[in-house]
Amino acid sequence: MLAGVDLDVVEGEIVLLSGPNGAGKTSLLRLLSGLLALTSGEANVLGHDLAVDRRSVRTQLALLGHDTFCYDDLSVVDNLRFAARAVGRSKHAAVEAADRAVERVGLARQAHLEHRRLSAGQKRRLSLGTALVRDARLLLLDEPHAGLDPEGRDVLDALVRDAASDGRTVVFSSHELDRARGLAGREVRIVAGEAHGGRFPTAAAASPTTSTSGSGSVSSAADEPVAGVSAARAGVDTEMAPGDAHEVSP
Amino acid sequence: MRLLREAAVIAGKDLRIEARSRVTTNQVLPFGGLVIVLFAMALDADRPTLTRVAPGLFWVTILLAASLAAARSAAVEIENGAADGLRMSSLDGASIFLGKAAAVAVQLVGLELVLGVAVVALYDVEVRSSPVMIVGALCATVGLAAAGTLFAALASGLRARETVLPLLLLPVLAPVLLGGTRAWEAGFEGTPSDGWPWVQLLALFGLVYGSLGVLAYGSLLEES
Repeated sequence: MLAGVDLDVVEGEIVLLSGPNGAGKTSLLRLLSGLLALTSGEANVLGHDLAVDRRSVRTQLALLGHDTFCYDDLSVVDNLRFAARAVGRSKHAAVEAADRAVERVGLARQAHLEHRRLSAGQKRRLSLGTALVRDARLLLLDEPHAGLDPEGRDVLDALVRDAASDGRTVVFSSHELDRARGLAGREVRIVAGEAHGGRFPTAAAASPTTSTSGSGSVSSAADEPVAGVSAARAGVDTEMAPGDAHEVSP
Repeated sequence: MRLLREAAVIAGKDLRIEARSRVTTNQVLPFGGLVIVLFAMALDADRPTLTRVAPGLFWVTILLAASLAAARSAAVEIENGAADGLRMSSLDGASIFLGKAAAVAVQLVGLELVLGVAVVALYDVEVRSSPVMIVGALCATVGLAAAGTLFAALASGLRARETVLPLLLLPVLAPVLLGGTRAWEAGFEGTPSDGWPWVQLLALFGLVYGSLGVLAYGSLLEES
């Protein structure tokens, strides 16, 4: 539930979304991913107006959500290959991307194991792998550290830093604030559907890449806007008072 | 061309899932076989009646099996939020529909082959004109797969989707039951000219629901 978020994200930036359960972190990430519809306001992500066209933006970003988006009866590599083919990669390119991702997320030994037979942490790694094979400009990670062992968390942090150094933008939520603050360049606190510290400090002087305001906005300082939301509302109960938002699961 | 390439990706994924899970071969096929055998036992004392109603019994069994196969096809997209993964893909809704319907159709053709042989063996019927039966079965399969995939997507957003899907789907499939039964009666009786009009009905049904699926599936996926 988003009831008044103002947020700018600069290209290549790593932004942490923190806040209590039900504050709206997942809703904000799903809004930016194009999965959650705006009920009012404006949103632009990667140059696409989400109020008009949510489909186009989805293929250019990766979302690591609470679900893995994977198929129980497919193996790790088959899930990764399908994820790559589903964003238009050729069969050959999908095989290569899947092989690289399997190594990168540390699932080489489980490559031919079905999703249903993986542990929770291994499923999380696979989910991260499906995000990697998309080769996305914007990574949206919803509590990516949850369920990972210490080695998996290190792998995740390295992947996030690599992505940012490649010029990709990362927005992630986490409750493990010590680790997350060490990873993020900036923290935005989401409370009751509103963002605190969401505006990029130099956003006024720069062209936003991604921005949201009102009920959720992200903007960055690249030459061309990547994404943005203004005076946006999203969620089931759009009339809910901001102070009530924390009581509703996103 | 892109539409077919994307549909092949989806169909390949669904058939790979079936190859690994073996739900159709280990659950739907035995279910269909059991229904065929139970009908044979129930009507065994009245052999002429059993022979006369054999086409209808076969297609009732196929309709029930199609409902199960379509439900399974939709269910794999609900597990682990896979439908969100499809929404995040660049695949067109029409491609996804065609791919999923094609995978269901492949499974139904396999079921029809095995259960058709069982009907001939158990119900004392003789195939006198196979073309009208084969073409009729193929047209019926297209219609069953298209309508099944479409209605399974429609029901997938409902809490009681497992019970709602047959309630929605089976009445809609009545023309397939009628057309398939008449076409196979003609094939068993050696009067194919009586069967071809019913094959045309089956082809029309497949065309209508195939077109509806191509047009509507993307929207249903967004709303599910």
